[in-house]
Amino acid sequence: MVLLLTYTLLFASVLILVALGGCFSEHSGVINLGLEGIMVMGALGGALTLKYINPGLPALVIVLAVVVVSVVTGVIYATLLGFACINLKADQTLVGTALNMLSAAVATVIVKAINIAENPDNVSSGVQYVNSKKALIVKIGNFEFNWFMLIAFLALICSYIVLYKTKFGLRLMACGEHPQAADSVGINVYKMRWAGVLISGMLAGIGGIVYITSGVSEWKFENGVAGFGFLALAVMIFGQWKPVNIGLAALLFGFFRALSNVYSGFDFLTALNIPSSVYNMMPYVISLIVLAFTSSNSRAPKAEGIPYDKGSR
Amino acid sequence: MADIKNTKTEKASFFSKPAVQSITASVLCIVIGLFLGYIALLLINPAGATEAIITIIKNFFTYPSKPAALKYFGNTLVKVAPLLMCALSIQFCYQAGLFNIGAAGQYVAGAGASLFCALKLGLPWYVCLLAALIAGGVFGTCVGLLKAFLNVNEVISGIMLNWIGLYIVNMLLSGVKEASSPNTLTLASTNPSAIMPSMGLEKFFSNNKYVTIAIPLAILVAILIKVVLSMTVFGYEIKATGIAKDAAKYSGMKEKRNIVLTLFIGGALAGVGAAFLFLSGYEQWSVAQASVPGMGFNGIAAAFLGGLDPIGTIFASYFIQHITSGGSYIDMNVYPSQISDLIFAIIIYLCGFVLFFKHFMNSRIRAKKNNAEGGNK
Repeated sequence: MVLLLTYTLLFASVLILVALGGCFSEHSGVINLGLEGIMVMGALGGALTLKYINPGLPALVIVLAVVVVSVVTGVIYATLLGFACINLKADQTLVGTALNMLSAAVATVIVKAINIAENPDNVSSGVQYVNSKKALIVKIGNFEFNWFMLIAFLALICSYIVLYKTKFGLRLMACGEHPQAADSVGINVYKMRWAGVLISGMLAGIGGIVYITSGVSEWKFENGVAGFGFLALAVMIFGQWKPVNIGLAALLFGFFRALSNVYSGFDFLTALNIPSSVYNMMPYVISLIVLAFTSSNSRAPKAEGIPYDKGSR
Repeated sequence: MADIKNTKTEKASFFSKPAVQSITASVLCIVIGLFLGYIALLLINPAGATEAIITIIKNFFTYPSKPAALKYFGNTLVKVAPLLMCALSIQFCYQAGLFNIGAAGQYVAGAGASLFCALKLGLPWYVCLLAALIAGGVFGTCVGLLKAFLNVNEVISGIMLNWIGLYIVNMLLSGVKEASSPNTLTLASTNPSAIMPSMGLEKFFSNNKYVTIAIPLAILVAILIKVVLSMTVFGYEIKATGIAKDAAKYSGMKEKRNIVLTLFIGGALAGVGAAFLFLSGYEQWSVAQASVPGMGFNGIAAAFLGGLDPIGTIFASYFIQHITSGGSYIDMNVYPSQISDLIFAIIIYLCGFVLFFKHFMNSRIRAKKNNAEGGNK
């Protein structure tokens, strides 16, 4: 039971972070379908940090270093999206998809190159971080508290405050609703959209490292992050682009995702004798159903997905 | 860049043709993609980088003897057929303004249905093909219905269905797998009637038994799609829906029906594509695979590289598969074979700039014209 709670909170943390990333980007008017790719890059940065860092360092230092590197790689990767979608007015769906494919390829190539350089017979795409991963966890009785849970919670609160209580947040949202109107009162739409995209890179980058360190202590980058970036988008839509609702939606989705990891621990679930594939499928099925019910009267930012062109009306 | 500008100003009328612009843009994407791939190789190990990139580009030409090269040319073509079908699926749906990223899942569904019919039910190949068509079509229709009636973003529902499809197919096919491996039984040993006929095509490829009628069929489908899109009312309606959904609705087109129908056709294309590969006996499905096969995603690259034109897509699909197959020949103990994935991921990213590039070209041409007329503006 405690295990189910741990995993629910962990996966919910991932979804909260990434969905908030999507939320910032979409409020500024850019659909970020590249979240999945940004997660992979953040995960890559974090995993390599965990691999090379001295496990003897204080836990706080390790956690901070991992977060900083993940944020930086995520933000750098997000600039590719910003440059294409904001400055060159490219098709946001296409660029997002390209970023997802690119990240999987880049991450696999980098990891394999490192593995091959260490040992020519090792052609796996895995990174191991058994020892340093322990720094991320604090045991409280049976419950394994992970520092990332705290970070996700803080991100949730900060996002709420930034979006609704600051000048910056309100301006950001104006650019997603009606960029021409925002421009007419002197807000630089391009700058705001860049801010939205970079913040989403930051949050999705952390989300990536949280996801790959959640259960295992080795990650094969060939698999990317298994559609989690898109689950986060579903969470964001279910949460109607509002931070608090996103938090609650993430808990629901996190629960179903956690179930697929730990269902064998429950006697009545194993007694049902359902193949594990069904549990693996569950989060995706649930999100389809949820999307079907919530999309028809969605509160999506009105100008999202449309490149802003100063000259057009 | 300076050279390109010069030729452009000299032959302004030549470069203002849309087809020429599309081809120029695609070639530019390929060149930059290959160049960046080369840089990645250099970063990993400078010593063999030049040789590696040449190997990737040469693909089957690396075999010195002609029969061997022809045989491996056949192998490349075997994989071009499914890729072309996936690319056509994406290209067709894009005409209606729909980004069918679910093609990967529809491909998986087609693979599952065709192999299940072939291995479990022992049906002949044309029935398996039909089953793949229907399975892919059903997956596409799901996306279409969600999009048309419930306003669900087709990209997100497509991705969800990709994973759902993968798990269902893994479950479905685990009943017909080999005892000692996670792969499904081979068609040749279980049900040879499910292998697509070759009609003597294999003779052209040094008796490569995997070469079947799937390859000419895929090209025929591409031509058919071209005809449907440019010469029929339905094709016109699809394009009208893609350009201005509300205007299409206003002028009496059933835009919801068209969305569902488009995605059904798109799904069917991807599903048949999977059957084209798996019914040739070239590959077995691994029920242990934990990620959606890349074929559907590579189709996106092929569709956009082909300038979103069915005929262009044929060449683009061949190019993508050529590079992918070439990637498997490089020295695995020095370079990861995913270099080719990297190259066309870069190509797709660059394809996003094509519109900008065309706009840039046109404005250059216009500026040149204005200058020639005395620069009044």
